[in-house]
Amino acid sequence: MSVTVYVPRDAVALGLGANKVARAIFAGAERRGLDVTIVRTGTRGMLWLEPMVEVGTAEGRVAYGPVTANDVDALLDAGLLQGGEHALRLGNPEEIPFLARQHRLTFHRCGVVDPVSVEDYKAHGGYKGLEAALKTDAEGIVAQVRDSGLRGRGGAGFPAGIKWNTVMLAKAQQKYVICNADEGDSGTFADRIMMEGDPFNLIEGMTIAGVATGATRGYIYCRSEYPQAFETLREAIANGIRAGVLGDNVLGSGKAFHLEVRMGAGAYICGEETSLLESLEGKRAIVRAKPPIPALKGFLGQPTLVNNVMTFTAVPWIMEHGAKAYADYGMGRSLGTLPIQLAGNVKYGGLIEYAFGITLREVIEGFGGGTFSGRPVRAVQVGGPLGAYFPDSLLDTPLDYEKMAAAKGLVGHGGIVVFDDTVDMAAQARFAFEFCATESCGKCTPCRIGATRGVETMDKIIAGVRRQDNLKVVADLCETMTDGSLCAMGGLTPMPVMSAITNFPEDFSGDGSHAMAAE
Amino acid sequence: MPRHEAWDAERASEIVSEHLHLEGATLPILHALQERFGYVHEDAVPMIADALNMSRAEVFGCVSFYHDFKRQPPSARHELKLCRAEACQAMGSTKLHREVLERLGCDWHESAADGSCSVEPVYCLGLCSNAPAALIDNEPLARITADSIQAALAEAGR
Repeated sequence: MSVTVYVPRDAVALGLGANKVARAIFAGAERRGLDVTIVRTGTRGMLWLEPMVEVGTAEGRVAYGPVTANDVDALLDAGLLQGGEHALRLGNPEEIPFLARQHRLTFHRCGVVDPVSVEDYKAHGGYKGLEAALKTDAEGIVAQVRDSGLRGRGGAGFPAGIKWNTVMLAKAQQKYVICNADEGDSGTFADRIMMEGDPFNLIEGMTIAGVATGATRGYIYCRSEYPQAFETLREAIANGIRAGVLGDNVLGSGKAFHLEVRMGAGAYICGEETSLLESLEGKRAIVRAKPPIPALKGFLGQPTLVNNVMTFTAVPWIMEHGAKAYADYGMGRSLGTLPIQLAGNVKYGGLIEYAFGITLREVIEGFGGGTFSGRPVRAVQVGGPLGAYFPDSLLDTPLDYEKMAAAKGLVGHGGIVVFDDTVDMAAQARFAFEFCATESCGKCTPCRIGATRGVETMDKIIAGVRRQDNLKVVADLCETMTDGSLCAMGGLTPMPVMSAITNFPEDFSGDGSHAMAAE
Repeated sequence: MPRHEAWDAERASEIVSEHLHLEGATLPILHALQERFGYVHEDAVPMIADALNMSRAEVFGCVSFYHDFKRQPPSARHELKLCRAEACQAMGSTKLHREVLERLGCDWHESAADGSCSVEPVYCLGLCSNAPAALIDNEPLARITADSIQAALAEAGR
């Protein structure tokens, strides 16, 4: 009987040689006359263990990792296909504490299933959410989404139910459901892992949104920096059309939902929903002034529901298990689970889906095990390049929209980037301005000009030119950008800048930079 | 083995026509042209403008706005994208990039002295737990070093 070996095709695993590992297993098994079937999965999210190979045994799956092509012969000799003992043997992957301690609602299938197989998706509980949605009416679906407390996971945290309701009530010949998969924040990769590991969860979530809002067409706008995610989505959508879960008659319901994936072209600003719409329409991705809101006048001027990958993919679970079951997770007005992405200088990095309310320290120390370099943690950037830099004294802040805002930070898309004590915060503040200058769409002056002036002024501060005066200029500039920018790009660039200045003043005032002292 | 074909107006026009049924076809067309020819030839601009009922300025504006689209044919065999974003910085990418560029004998947006690759900065590849990261012709590379980049380029060069 053929033994199934699961090798991830997630971009991280590929970047660490997973294709070579898969080829070596195939060749090694053939040489030994062993019958193996290799299934390419997504990742479980324990990224320091990638490439993590799993073998299907009578006692369930047994994991090995991190595996290189050079390990494969020894693994096969040690009885890999029977789950045999080896230094790389990790046992049941679901019992590894990093994974076992999580609340995997949205990501429970990721790393388990063949991402492009509708059958495998259904065999692991897929499409139960859509089936439940089809048994109720549009109002019923929107009520579930509203009562679950789900808020937009892209960064703004706007209540999803309100947006869905607005699009549902809008009258138009054609409405659209659009997924913002332009996951540009450094330190974030939850969307990527989902699209590469369980794309049908996204397809199902968007289909439910289509049924609820009366939109028969949908687009996924995926960034070009994610070529693997794009290809996986394309393959999954084609298979979905063949299997009748997409198209004119979704699951035999008589309802139509047509879905297409589009590739961005290297513009961070497309993560802003109105820029994304401009881009999708075939124009320069220039931010639109609001109102009108996209829910009423979005893609091609039609009512459009724009949500992030993580927002859509939370919905199938909510529809299957009910709004209350989801709202039982979390705290305050931040309900459900947050896919946290732990990255940068960290020992055990990866995806941690956990109820809102876990503190940064629990994530970084409890899950992450401290820094990769072994040096002390000095700064942590939460929520992407527009998020605040926190020092150790703020690490007991819980991941909760309101609590993070009170600490002058943001949850954003849930990315956490850890820096050790060699970091130079003046360089990080300068980079925040530089990034804004590179990626600004150019429509509003505070962002377009402010970012460039910010780089110049930071250069003066770093060079020691009239430091105190120039720090005042930066603070003034940041105030203008915060108050006067059209969107979050210019509006939030001051957050990393000012948090670096406020929380790490020693890097902006002394005679030499902190980093030089540390080296 | 060249990755791209030489510019051919007739073939380009066919590519444009193949995409006309799409809503907002500009980006899909530009991607398809670049995939085929390695860049967006200036003659493609009026071609797309006519086909999509846009002004030349609007199409050119699109080509110039997005970092991905190139207006000159590639001058190297491969494209190396190095991530300059924060998670990679936290793992020493700034110093690493200096070394990689030094070995290649070029600066950002330039081609290596031996023509092996062009080097573009990129801001986040979503490989942030396994930083520093890079892409060579869309193939991801994680936990990179100057040596691993050199090895990957040698392998891609064959």
